[in-house]
Amino acid sequence: MTTTAPSGFVRDEMIAPAEPPHVRASMLGWIGERLFNSFGNATLTVLGIVGLAALAWPTLRFLLLDAVWRGTERTDCLAETVGHDVGACWPFIWAKFDQLMYGFYPASERWRPNLVYGFGALLLAPLLVPRVPHKTLNAVLFFGVFPLVAGVLLVGGVFGLPEVETRLWGGLLVTLVISFTGIVGSLPLGILLALGRRSDLPVVRSASVVFIEFWRGVPLITVLFFATYMLPLFLPGNWKIDGLLRVLIGVILFSAAYLAEVVRAGLQAIPRGQFEGAMALGLGYWRMMGLIILPQALRLVIPGLVNSFIALFKDTTLVLIVAIFDLLGQLRASFSDPNWATPATLFTGFAFAGIIYFVVSFAMSRYAMFTEQRLRAR
Amino acid sequence: MSNDVQQPSIGPLGEAADIRTTRNEVAIEIVGLNKWFGAFHVLRDVSLQVMRGERIVVCGPSGGGKSTLLRCINRIESWQRGRVIVDGVELTDDLKKIDEIRREVGMVFQHFNLFPHLTVLENCMLAPVWVRRMPKKEAEAIARHNLERVRIPEQASKYPAQLSGGQQQRVAIARALCMQPKIMLFDEPTSALDPEMVREVLDTMVALALDGMTMVVVSHEMGFARQAATRMILMDAGQIIEVNEPEAFFSNPQHERTKLFLSQILH
Repeated sequence: MTTTAPSGFVRDEMIAPAEPPHVRASMLGWIGERLFNSFGNATLTVLGIVGLAALAWPTLRFLLLDAVWRGTERTDCLAETVGHDVGACWPFIWAKFDQLMYGFYPASERWRPNLVYGFGALLLAPLLVPRVPHKTLNAVLFFGVFPLVAGVLLVGGVFGLPEVETRLWGGLLVTLVISFTGIVGSLPLGILLALGRRSDLPVVRSASVVFIEFWRGVPLITVLFFATYMLPLFLPGNWKIDGLLRVLIGVILFSAAYLAEVVRAGLQAIPRGQFEGAMALGLGYWRMMGLIILPQALRLVIPGLVNSFIALFKDTTLVLIVAIFDLLGQLRASFSDPNWATPATLFTGFAFAGIIYFVVSFAMSRYAMFTEQRLRAR
Repeated sequence: MSNDVQQPSIGPLGEAADIRTTRNEVAIEIVGLNKWFGAFHVLRDVSLQVMRGERIVVCGPSGGGKSTLLRCINRIESWQRGRVIVDGVELTDDLKKIDEIRREVGMVFQHFNLFPHLTVLENCMLAPVWVRRMPKKEAEAIARHNLERVRIPEQASKYPAQLSGGQQQRVAIARALCMQPKIMLFDEPTSALDPEMVREVLDTMVALALDGMTMVVVSHEMGFARQAATRMILMDAGQIIEVNEPEAFFSNPQHERTKLFLSQILH
């Protein structure tokens, strides 16, 4: 005799979990389902493919198929010599390669920038791979020791190294020096400014706001121009600061103001409870920020930070205005060489520079995405 | 008729009253506390004395100022008038005194406030290592001991997001205990939990009470209050309305507000 009401139910056997229905995992299946599942989508897919082909094909032809790969002078890149329409003139790049990489750094001393690149890569690679241990030591070496060693090696004048004036530096060397110094120098300053702007102390807060608003209000070109040409007028007579150093300081201050606002957005997103939890444990202000708040805030704003870094990397080209020849500056100087005047020279040069900028920016962007995914996987 | 035989009095948890009377020190003293949020007078002339070993449960309608009062004890909230003296140290704007007190007063929040980027063990070890400057091995031992005390030692290497609400709150309790505080504050510790998990957290708190911890708890869990509290306080409109021992409080409320409140909640 059952005591359950007619509308009641009592389960007697539990249902064990089962496999989900089989989904077609093949590539064709994916294409069929996503790209051609309706007339509208199919049309768009076809149009998309046609559009891509229309863009990609001429690019491929220019860069690879019609390109000239070997030669020693301009005639090698002309259509008459080659016999068909010429694409990129790569011999131009090979010929100018050293200048594009090092500028006018004396050939005999080029081992020094090479050594710096080597050290940099050696220290950076383990830092980027999450599984490699001793990250703190690695970071201290890369962000603390490496810049000093690099500075000594590149500038010289001590330890028997002949001095190489910074106005001889050029090309990718200058681009990387300015970008690296800009990024590494402006992030800590930006974080301090963001904290300062949120401070309860009126002096600190006002100073931070003024700094940020001022440096965000002026264009980078003006900053570079002012730092290079006007600053010496304000300094006491015999106090000379190196031209590149002035540029570096200007870039750091400029970038720090932008990063400060990005970091501040991250700080604002941290719930009040995190601050209270840290305070309740007796953590002072700096320990709370350094151990609890900033690690979370910086993770949140990785997209914004990397955005700024990539923009900074490409903004380095503005130093041309103060007669410093970065990669693009050096490239444009090479264009004026009559030995290599061909119709393809300009396109080739800009394509080359474009590829380098793209590769570096894309690498930064992908690494940031990788970092974000890894941090989210928790 | 006089029954003058001196019976040792038994506290509500069955512990001997000796625990209460031998420690006749004032743990927390609040004198004439007044706080305004803008124009809103949120704490009105609150005065309270908490002796060491006492378990105070503060209840009352929302917006009555209970949480605000609790948060004044470790200066997470500041006040405009009045004095708060914890463990003999007066809390003012002096940051050093504030940090000193926060080391001795542990707090458990309604929404746990665990640090999501650290594992459970790291959450517990953080304060002893960085505030008390304990060596890591010692801090780890204490952390594991306290995780066992709250009965989740096996979760040590997980991240807070991987735990249930009840487990997270117990981690929060363990984290506060790792600083070996003299006083524990609980701000509605079970209000954000699913009902099945409330029991495990309350059991942990009862165990703490049995160990003699001085506790101030803001809670609506009247079962816990009956079991563990030495004094009940009703707060409303920023003032202390009624204070009494739990049995008397529940069975014979004196003030109108208390009667109204008790009639509205299940106890």
